[in-house]
Amino acid sequence: MTFVSLRNVSKSFAENRVLHDVDLTVDEHNVVCLIGASGSGKSTLLRCLNLLERVDEGEIVIDGQTITNGSVDVNALRRKIGIVFQAYNLFPHMSVLDNVMLAPTKVNGVSRSEARSRARELLGRIGLADKADEFPDRLSGGQQQRVAIVRALAMEPKLMLLDEITSALDPQLVSEVLALVRELAETGMTMILATHEMSFAREVADKVCFLDAGVICEEGVPEQIFTAPQQARTREFLARVIEAGRL
Amino acid sequence: MHEVLQKFFSPHSFRVALPDVWMGFQLNLKLMVVAEILVLVLALAIAVVRGLPGRGSAPFRALAIVYTDVFRGTPLILVAFLVGFGLPGLNIHLISTQSNFVYGVIALTLVYTAYVTEVYRAGIESVHPSQRMAARSLGLSHWQSMRYVVIPQAVRRVIPPLLNDFVGLQKDTALVTVIGVAEAAQQAQQFSQNNYNFTSYIVAAVFFILLTIPLARFTDHLILMRERRESAHAT
Repeated sequence: MTFVSLRNVSKSFAENRVLHDVDLTVDEHNVVCLIGASGSGKSTLLRCLNLLERVDEGEIVIDGQTITNGSVDVNALRRKIGIVFQAYNLFPHMSVLDNVMLAPTKVNGVSRSEARSRARELLGRIGLADKADEFPDRLSGGQQQRVAIVRALAMEPKLMLLDEITSALDPQLVSEVLALVRELAETGMTMILATHEMSFAREVADKVCFLDAGVICEEGVPEQIFTAPQQARTREFLARVIEAGRL
Repeated sequence: MHEVLQKFFSPHSFRVALPDVWMGFQLNLKLMVVAEILVLVLALAIAVVRGLPGRGSAPFRALAIVYTDVFRGTPLILVAFLVGFGLPGLNIHLISTQSNFVYGVIALTLVYTAYVTEVYRAGIESVHPSQRMAARSLGLSHWQSMRYVVIPQAVRRVIPPLLNDFVGLQKDTALVTVIGVAEAAQQAQQFSQNNYNFTSYIVAAVFFILLTIPLARFTDHLILMRERRESAHAT
């Protein structure tokens, strides 16, 4: 069943066209990886999906609801879409536990005690129960990013958007974050990832989309994209990635 | 030399003037506390109004800007005259029948709220937009994002400049003497005129200095703590 669909989506910043006529469908419980050079429009595409950016043209339907027609309840939409950013963006003035509890208590009206036990349970699952009362700056980058994922999961979203979540991490910290994403994929979470981790994309994705200059240049199952790309630009991009030792 | 000491630093006059000036200074303390509380609350409200998003709130933003421009630009002594002599002259029930103390508080609050609004605003703008974005993307409304994420961080950052403005406010409580509030400066002036001796002004000055020094040291301490914390972050 289709969970997310984009039709003819275009988005410009001033004169700069970032997304051009993008069509994309994501099925429920699927993982879609967006790959492509920096500036190819991956992040903008994700941000259009939870209305951090508004599209100029085209239509986006999520969970049967058209979100691009202006009358949509933005806050209600965001409740069912979790997004995690490259820079973690944890709230530095709150403990790890409060970071995770904030949205469930303030947005969903869950009682503090219930939110607290749920947050502790989630933190326990990622092995950070003992960090619950620490402030974010006491945690490593990998730990912070895992907390950011859990913070999004605490809202029990139906869709997770991960925007280059390992790009700011030291190499030895990447695997702990990817392990969590892999686990999430196994639970059947619908996810769209913008990523530079090609071997990870190849492993977890049901579909890989290669973006180039705001256009989905090629899409398909990982095996096809990574072993037999049809488009010259995809081949060029992958050749550069292999050269850089990232595949 | 002896003349100077006698006129400005006479121990005898110091002792004699002390009770009256102290009585007046208690009024300064009251002015200060009441005005500071009002300023803290009102300035935050105006700073938040200035940051409201959307075209619909443009008139409110404009009002906030006009307010800060006008009262930051007008000398406190003029505002004190306008409030302290102007409002009673209007002959309007409640507005024109308050004590000089109340008019003093109003004048101080009007002027210092304008300053402190700018301090808050700088703090709010110093919080990185990604924090607001993270809050909004969790489903928090604009107001909730401000309340739980932006303002707490902003206020922490502006505490030192805020305290600095309060040092200014404490001293400026002496200015409302011009509308007849019998505070320390006025008591000192009275003593000085009656005794042809200026020691009473020194007494008042000592009170003000004793009040501001702890606040200044406390501000320094906060700044030092923050620098330590930030250098710990950098490593």
